[in-house]
Amino acid sequence: MSGNDSIGKTLTVALLLCIVCSIIVSTAAVVLKPAQETNQELDKRRNILAAAGMLDESKSVEEQFKRITTRMVDLRTGRFTDDVDPEGYNQFKAAKNPQMSQPLSPDEDIANISRREHYSPVYLVQGEQGDIEKIILPVRGYGLWSTLYGFIALEEDANTVAGLGFYDHGETPGLGGEVDNPRWKAEWPGKKVYRDGEVELGLVKGAVDPSSPKAEWQGDGLSGATLTARGVTNLVQFWLGENGFEPFLDKLKMGEA
Amino acid sequence: MDTMKDTLTKPIFKNNPIALQILGICSALAVTSSLKVTLVMCVALTFVAAFANLGVSLIRHHIPGSIRIIVQMVIIASLVIVVDEFLKAYAYEISKQLSVFVGLIITNCIVMGRAEAYAMKNPPLPSFIDGIGNGLGYSVVLICVAIVRELLGSGSLMGYEILPLVTEGGWYVPNGLLLLPPSAFFLIGLFIWVLRSLDKEQVEEPDYKMASHTPAREGV
Repeated sequence: MSGNDSIGKTLTVALLLCIVCSIIVSTAAVVLKPAQETNQELDKRRNILAAAGMLDESKSVEEQFKRITTRMVDLRTGRFTDDVDPEGYNQFKAAKNPQMSQPLSPDEDIANISRREHYSPVYLVQGEQGDIEKIILPVRGYGLWSTLYGFIALEEDANTVAGLGFYDHGETPGLGGEVDNPRWKAEWPGKKVYRDGEVELGLVKGAVDPSSPKAEWQGDGLSGATLTARGVTNLVQFWLGENGFEPFLDKLKMGEA
Repeated sequence: MDTMKDTLTKPIFKNNPIALQILGICSALAVTSSLKVTLVMCVALTFVAAFANLGVSLIRHHIPGSIRIIVQMVIIASLVIVVDEFLKAYAYEISKQLSVFVGLIITNCIVMGRAEAYAMKNPPLPSFIDGIGNGLGYSVVLICVAIVRELLGSGSLMGYEILPLVTEGGWYVPNGLLLLPPSAFFLIGLFIWVLRSLDKEQVEEPDYKMASHTPAREGV
């Protein structure tokens, strides 16, 4: 056994082991990637439906998603655009690409995302006459440990929340992870977003006092997860604010988008 | 030397990694609020423990003493990543619920403890069996805890309703404490109590003994 502790042997064993292990790990990652991506796409669609409160577990997600149209919005102008194809567009990759995004100043960057992409998909739920019933917007922002990715759904007035849900985050299970709690999520529908043209919607510490004049714009905080709750408030305020979707929503209401 | 059967079955009750060695408590607290998630976690841990033992045992004559823990960690970590990738591909919902805890199998003391204590000194096959045995021992405790927690905490098992909840028009008021991690402490404690009452050998030697009362003898 004495030969095992020589420097040469130690390095050889370490090197060989690392090569073998990395081959196994990368093979698994490459082979399983397509299945994982299908799952993620399906999960994303399920989350879009769930955020809008339209998810019916008894029907296939694909089928239910037929009522939803995906459109691209240019966040700089607030108008629909056909410059990019929603198929294959990844807004998170775009946000890292200097040609596809713009840096945010610390004052603007309340959601802590550092760069905002020029184009974002929006999901429109359309009625039978083609009129818009709900608008579903992708949102993201930093909580305590991680970026929370989710969707917020608004009613046709672009001011009433129809639902909110996150599909990816790494917050503490049981504390910040309670953003996935259905009871907490059920508080969101019916809340208002804008008050005199400013985003007022946010979480308060503890439970909302129903007699407060601002109760309409407030959601319950998450106990034991002050920073996650603050992150949720910030991301909602950022994405529904002037650097997010506010210009688009304004134009949509006036029929100019 | 134990026989193969002993290697497999001993860790289940006789030498249970959680109940006797008090290892791997962390994930036992975290993932046991629903039975389905628990089962997946048990399978994942048993798989990792078995193959990590096998891997370590296969190269045990070539592992330099100075880096042996790191070598074990590399093997365990690779297996855990493979398991995580598989879960993401074939059990997406559950992998989302398990979130970080699959990754935390890497730091699960049972896996590393067995690699260091058993696989380093024994041939591949017994090591593999030992990994499965310890995985099963872990699973037994976790499943017991999860059954109690899910049944009394949310009134269901595997997501199927057993006790109709008051909130849904039934009669059962769920015990919220059981959905929180600390309840698993009580349950594991009760499990250990039962186990040690049945098998007195597992009771630890007390650290000190109360001396019998001896009144001072006066004037002697």
